[in-house]
Amino acid sequence: MSTTTVERPEQADQRSPGATRRIGPLRTLQHGLTLAGRSVLKIRKSPEGLLDVTLQPILFLAMFVYLLGGAIAGDTGEYLQRTLPGVMAMNMVFGSLGTGMQLNNDITKGVFDRFRSLPVARSAPLIGAVLGDVVRYVVSIAVLLVVATLMGFRIETNVVSAAAAIVLVIGFALCVCWISVMLGMLVKSQQALPGVAMSFMFPLTMGSNVFAPTETMPGWLQAWVSVNPVSKLADTARGLMIGGPVAGPLSATLVWMVTLVVVFFPLALGAYRRRV
Amino acid sequence: MTLAVQAEGLVKRFGTTKALDGVDLAAPAGSILGVLGPNGAGKTTSVRILATLLKPDAGNATVAGHDVLRDPVGVRGKIGLTGQYASVDEELTGTENLVLIGRLLEMSRSSAKARAKELLERFGLTDAGNRAIKTYSGGMRRRLDLAASLVGRPEVLYLDEPTTGLDPRSRNQVWDMVGALTSEGVTVLLTTQYLEEADQLADRISVIDHGRVVAEGRADELKRHSGSQTLQVRLSDPDDVTATETILRELTERSPTANHETGLLTTPAEDPVLMSALVRRLDEAGIVADELSLRLPSLDEAFLSITGKPAGGEDSTPESGEESTA
Ligand SMILES: Nc1ncnc2c1ncn2[C@@H]1O[C@H](COP(=O)(O)OP(=O)(O)O)[C@@H](O)[C@H]1O
Ligand SMILES: [Mg+2]
Repeated sequence: MSTTTVERPEQADQRSPGATRRIGPLRTLQHGLTLAGRSVLKIRKSPEGLLDVTLQPILFLAMFVYLLGGAIAGDTGEYLQRTLPGVMAMNMVFGSLGTGMQLNNDITKGVFDRFRSLPVARSAPLIGAVLGDVVRYVVSIAVLLVVATLMGFRIETNVVSAAAAIVLVIGFALCVCWISVMLGMLVKSQQALPGVAMSFMFPLTMGSNVFAPTETMPGWLQAWVSVNPVSKLADTARGLMIGGPVAGPLSATLVWMVTLVVVFFPLALGAYRRRV
Repeated sequence: MTLAVQAEGLVKRFGTTKALDGVDLAAPAGSILGVLGPNGAGKTTSVRILATLLKPDAGNATVAGHDVLRDPVGVRGKIGLTGQYASVDEELTGTENLVLIGRLLEMSRSSAKARAKELLERFGLTDAGNRAIKTYSGGMRRRLDLAASLVGRPEVLYLDEPTTGLDPRSRNQVWDMVGALTSEGVTVLLTTQYLEEADQLADRISVIDHGRVVAEGRADELKRHSGSQTLQVRLSDPDDVTATETILRELTERSPTANHETGLLTTPAEDPVLMSALVRRLDEAGIVADELSLRLPSLDEAFLSITGKPAGGEDSTPESGEESTA
């Protein structure tokens, strides 16, 4: 076969030895914030995308308070007081599904290819998506608090500790979302994600002390509920918002948060690298 | 001549599929390299490796002086990529997409906006700039995608099948834009399934099939390699066809194809001196020809003779083993 070839003059080697140029943490954060701005822009364009983190927890709250609250606690008002902080905690787990969905969409639509062909840190798109979701969580908590207040919820401690509870809950969201991110990278299509995600979300949210005291649960369930991070976070938030012990559940929550990040951030990053 | 893109021996496997099986590519700075091949040939895989989106299993590549493996960030600073499928955010507007990229490239907010405006203007999208991409037509999307890859003023631009799926008008627009880029010194690596496109745009063409470069050269070189030229005569007066047929038969010792209504005659012409001989004979016979040309075979014909199968085919029939004698 006849193949015409070009002559290839040796090109001057411009590389300095071992010159793998990297993007430092500061620029990574800057790129991440720019991409978080994109998420915020999208929320502003289609606020209906927030329904999952606004309407759903309100429905949960109303259903449990009015339907079961009287039977569980003897009084709906009292039940609302102890349940709201837990619903806030629970909602962070459900809300993380949105992060996974968005990332999966960005990968399948090729948007990440564009970002990755730019001199941008490789993890920036992930960090951007997660930071952008902080806005979702803040909106979600604000709406929930307004509705709960209308239903009769009152903070029994003070504004500072209630604010601390909110910060903690959002901090927890930023740790637990890496599970969704990982799953978002692993599933082939966006449609498959909610089903898969439920398998970890349900034990975390429903298998907790958010809705009912644990005394009447069977032993195996009690064992899980008492270590469940959502229970620990709910306990902490309750303590901070309506009074009660804080130090114990807070340290357990913090340990969980660190654990979630240490385990799932590398797994999510690994899945992302394999996927893109 | 410096090479803006130089790839040597690229190999990439996906499971058991060998997508690339030792691909060499070279694009001199400021030129357009066409990578021509049918579906599944390995074009997208090559582009993704050269854009640092994929790591090759073997081989290496240098882009604008940066090694894709050792200095991927350096490569990304010099390239623009328009992938086979539009990679812009559907929900954002054209302007928002371009500004976002400008911001990621660490431009100030105002210069990112200015750059977006300039590019929208250049690609005829000024009016659509404030509409979400999901309302764009296929051609508009392609143009925005192209604009997006130019925000950072790349030295090397990859266009992966930039006109596949476009209507002829949009395709011509994209061609014009690609032509304009090289006048600014941008090196373009363009993949295509269309021989016509490679022929129109590319300075050099690498024909790729089954993960291998099967031919490389200028379009005319590739055509010349793939068989003889065709001599074409168009007579002023169709009544002269019979006389001209006789002359051609004497010169080539075979019967030309002749059309008595249009006055057009064609014949294979291996001998380069045939043309001058014919001119003299027609002159002597007092026959006037409107057109007298030697036509190279089309790239389609070239592709067929290089790879043994038509270009751009779906390649759906599995090989039935006729090559087993090789
Ligand atoms: N991510 C992938 N996983 C598995 N196989 C792949 C993947 N990408 C490409 N291939 C295979 O590699 C070969 C080359 O693909 P590609 O580079 O996309 O070809 P082209 O762009 O020329 O159509 C094809 O056989 C394709 O099926
Ligand atoms: Mg392709």
